[in-house]
Amino acid sequence: MKMTSVKVVAGLLFMAISAGVQAMSAEEKGLAIAVEMDQRDTGFHDMTADMVMTLRNRKGDESVRYIRIRTLEVEGDGDKSISIFDRPRDIKGTAMLTFSHGLKADDQWLYLPGLKRVKRISSKNKSGSFMGSEFAYEDLSSQEIEKYTYKWLRDEPCGELQCYVIERVPAYKYSGYTRMVSWIDQTEYRAIKVEYFDRKNSKLKTLKLSGYNQYLDKYWRPDEMYMENHQTGKSTRLEWKNYRFKTGLTDKDFNKNALKRIR
Amino acid sequence: MKLRITAFSCFLFFSAVGQAIEISGNIASELRYFPEEPVFFGASRFDRGSSLSLSFAPEIYHEWNEGERSIIFSPFLRWDESDSERTHRDIRELNMLLVQGDWEWRLGLGRVFWGVTESQHLVDVINQTDSVENIDGEDKLGQPMIQASWSQNWGVLDLFILPGFRERTYAGERGRLRAPLVVDTDNPVYESKSKDRHVDYAVRWSHTLGVWDVGLSNFYGTSRTPELRQRGYKLIPHYNLINQTGLDLQATLDEWILKLESIYRIDQQNNGNKNYAALVGGFEYTFVGAFETDADVGWLVEYHYDDRSLDATTPFQNDLFTAVRVALNDAESSELLAGAFVDLDYGGYSLRLEANRRLGDRWKLSLEYQGFNNIDPDDVLYTQRQDDYLQAELSWFF
Repeated sequence: MKMTSVKVVAGLLFMAISAGVQAMSAEEKGLAIAVEMDQRDTGFHDMTADMVMTLRNRKGDESVRYIRIRTLEVEGDGDKSISIFDRPRDIKGTAMLTFSHGLKADDQWLYLPGLKRVKRISSKNKSGSFMGSEFAYEDLSSQEIEKYTYKWLRDEPCGELQCYVIERVPAYKYSGYTRMVSWIDQTEYRAIKVEYFDRKNSKLKTLKLSGYNQYLDKYWRPDEMYMENHQTGKSTRLEWKNYRFKTGLTDKDFNKNALKRIR
Repeated sequence: MKLRITAFSCFLFFSAVGQAIEISGNIASELRYFPEEPVFFGASRFDRGSSLSLSFAPEIYHEWNEGERSIIFSPFLRWDESDSERTHRDIRELNMLLVQGDWEWRLGLGRVFWGVTESQHLVDVINQTDSVENIDGEDKLGQPMIQASWSQNWGVLDLFILPGFRERTYAGERGRLRAPLVVDTDNPVYESKSKDRHVDYAVRWSHTLGVWDVGLSNFYGTSRTPELRQRGYKLIPHYNLINQTGLDLQATLDEWILKLESIYRIDQQNNGNKNYAALVGGFEYTFVGAFETDADVGWLVEYHYDDRSLDATTPFQNDLFTAVRVALNDAESSELLAGAFVDLDYGGYSLRLEANRRLGDRWKLSLEYQGFNNIDPDDVLYTQRQDDYLQAELSWFF
């Protein structure tokens, strides 16, 4: 996680607490909320999880993908991760290694098991669909503070909880969105809902996150993420299973050799 | 009694590791249609028309110690209706992997890929090409190897000892896509006295520096590409000893990917008369989300050069490859590649089309078209001038 602006923001936070939140501008308040979210999610070191992704088209036809994810937290930069595809069976064994970097383009390699080939790929496709789903690569990538500018919009109830509603505008190149609006619960700083607006600023998708559990007494993770595309009528349900933290993964598990041998 | 003991030990074995043994793979049926008559006698058996072929490629994998130890076994079987040489089997992989700190060891039959370009794989020299599978040269035979891979912050160093040589496969008398004379794969000639038992060596250093991915390699041993010399009514493959140095380089910029592969090959025989250099290089430009859809449209251009010029044994002495690749990024992973090789010396061109799409969760349909047009009598491809084909393959995955 990027630490550059943290001190400044910690100062802002202190001001917020001492002077009362109302004294901050909407931008400062939005940023302070993002920083608090980030702080609460720092220090997990590494994480592994299994993902079941169910794609559903307008007619109701479903198609399922199984993906395993390993993530390594990197101090002072974006996270490193490997995604291993188990289903559909024709792409079984395909794996992707990503070194994410805040505003700079990510480094990405794809392993093609048929040819035993590791191929460096362009990470420009941030806005592209991940595995044909309603999730874009940018929706699932490491969320660094400097990747967006923030603005607090309002506070409002979200279900039984009270939420901050903040607007994020991507600061990185090649995003498919003009902005996103997120509902963040005020007690645990968990994302409850996100609305995505396309390049023409019309509402494109809504993401709902549910079934939050806390791991290691600190890290909140959802069991389900449901993304609905309002323009195409398609949807994707992402179920998370077997979250494990601090499993002992190191840098050596996130290089091209590891990508080639991983199963 | 004996049977019972065997059954019991099998039971013990599978209950011990059974849960961790993974079996996967595919069965495929392939239909090739040749609209034109074959040029050569023998192949006329099936004239114009179609030929059916079936393949089976299972993979059995077991790992332990959190993946730091593993065994893989992947045999391959093909049956071909027309060509007895294309009916063949191979062990693509049968090896054991051991990871120890920065070191990775692999022992057994394996497959290694080197390189970055799409239309030709120049530096990829470890495995023999299974050329009866497809003329794209991407199918390879399992190579006996001891591989040590050392991962450091200055890159990865791979060392290979390659005991044992695999001969290239060639279409038989009744096969298509062949020379006028059949290659006699039963009587190969080796430069090395130890013939196919010669131990080859290879080393490769590869590293990533920012946008650059670079690889430098050297191979010493029996050439995977034979010289074909006529004896009677057959072609005899001659496998010489070579030393090949290779470079592969890729720069991954936003929408541009620049690629280069180059080799220098020293042929021990003929006082260096047959030494040569070759390269393939170009770019891939991708329009992400083209035409306001989810599709990516890529434009590929690769130039091929071989300094043996018109004496080159490959068709890529002075050729230009250009193609369009479309990935729809839909639920069925639909992809299409349409390209052409143009021979800048002879003016002939060959067209290639590849398309595939998943059907449901377990099926995949692949279509392929290969056309040879206006091929000059001096071009290496001349013998295949009437071997245009259309291929449909349906695979089932388990």
